[in-house]
Amino acid sequence: MCLGIPGEVVELLTDQPDLAQVEVSGVRRAINIALLEEEGVAPGDWILIHVGFALSKIDEAEARAAMEFLEQMGAAYDDEIDALKESGDG
Amino acid sequence: MRYVDEYRDAGKARALAARIAELCDPGRTYTFMEVCGGHTHTIYKHGIEDHLPDNVRLVHGPGCPVCVIPMGRVDDALHIAGQPDVIMTSFGDMMRVPGGSASFLDAKAAGADIRMVYSPLDALKIARRNPGRRVVFMAIGFETTTPSTAMTVLRAADEGLDNFSVFCNHVTIIPAIKAILDSPDLRLDGFIGPGHVSTVIGCRPYEFIAAEYGRPLVVAGFEPLDILQSIHLLLTQLAENRVAVENQYGRVVPWDGNGKALRVLSQVMEVRPHFEWRGLGFISHSALRLREAYAAYDAERLFDLPGVRVADPKSCQCGEVLKGVLKPWQCKVFGTACTPETPIGTCMVSSEGACAAYYNFGRFDRAGVREAIRS
Ligand code: SF4
Repeated sequence: MCLGIPGEVVELLTDQPDLAQVEVSGVRRAINIALLEEEGVAPGDWILIHVGFALSKIDEAEARAAMEFLEQMGAAYDDEIDALKESGDG
Repeated sequence: MRYVDEYRDAGKARALAARIAELCDPGRTYTFMEVCGGHTHTIYKHGIEDHLPDNVRLVHGPGCPVCVIPMGRVDDALHIAGQPDVIMTSFGDMMRVPGGSASFLDAKAAGADIRMVYSPLDALKIARRNPGRRVVFMAIGFETTTPSTAMTVLRAADEGLDNFSVFCNHVTIIPAIKAILDSPDLRLDGFIGPGHVSTVIGCRPYEFIAAEYGRPLVVAGFEPLDILQSIHLLLTQLAENRVAVENQYGRVVPWDGNGKALRVLSQVMEVRPHFEWRGLGFISHSALRLREAYAAYDAERLFDLPGVRVADPKSCQCGEVLKGVLKPWQCKVFGTACTPETPIGTCMVSSEGACAAYYNFGRFDRAGVREAIRS
């Protein structure tokens, strides 16, 4: 829960400015990007997602490292990533 | 995973380990606390301690949000979940945390409607779909998850949802660090600062640790090399006789944190006068509750809570583990009565808990042998 899951922003949703389509571990889902309002988010950006919200922008290398870290955490984070994939679009 | 060669950049790790050894004064010991459970995980997974000189000790801190929830709050949540029209929701990590008599999982098995959610927004969605039920989100976590809860409350208010509320158990990291610094049990020489909490609060809130307590803190990333580099930065400061807050994880953590997240958080929540932490007791100004303006979304005001304080089980030594006084395997029930399947204490529940990290990586045997040889 404390460790973020990395994702790549695919598309901003113009009708819902708080949300972006983000590709996370091979699956697309909507992520709330309102907390990154000041930094600004664009397609192609990588973000770190905590419980459905993007909290920080990262680069691609960091995203890869974060994903590997989560993978080696084992079952607990497999569950978290599965939960993220299933969780709806808010 | 046990050897430096298996690190992503073995050469760099070896060079760092050598520089760390050079920086150490053999005539003294260095005790550093890693505050965050994610760091504890890296340290045991990669056997970081095996690559440090014997006089550098790492102790684990209180930075696992599940580990610090006191039993009385679990019981309060179960009381809410027991109301016939309630759907209780929380993160998966919460499900096995023992309360005074039961966990969420036990209560669910006994018929309570308790659902695991990935995000507080999912709890909101359940509320929208079940207008006849009251949906409560048991909110836990440090500043990494708090802004998400605050945003969800704002969203509920925007939509005018009247069947959604939050049972707020959010805690704040700074008072916990201060309580540890004030505790006479342990002398620390520095801190490996939490990575993701700091994306929200930034690095400034730690400055009192250097200014008032004369201890260095380095905010660190989660790779083995990040941890080694942070230890190197801490030792460099000590060798040069200076103490400061430094940011090793600048690639993710901005020095000033996330301004929007901090604003939303203080719009929706305020500091409680005190809050009980499992194993650590009551800590002043260490947790958050919803502001009066959001009373309609505050489960604590909507439900009549028993609010009974439940003492930790006698056999449980989580408090000592959370303060870094005991290593997990030194707890009398570690790995016997207390395992991840049947946790007695909370440090065994979450993958970010120190006891679970030791248990899962089989580090306790070696640590025990090493300690036995030393003592
Ligand atoms: S072994 Fe169990 S009871 Fe002992 S400190 Fe760890 S979690 Fe607590």
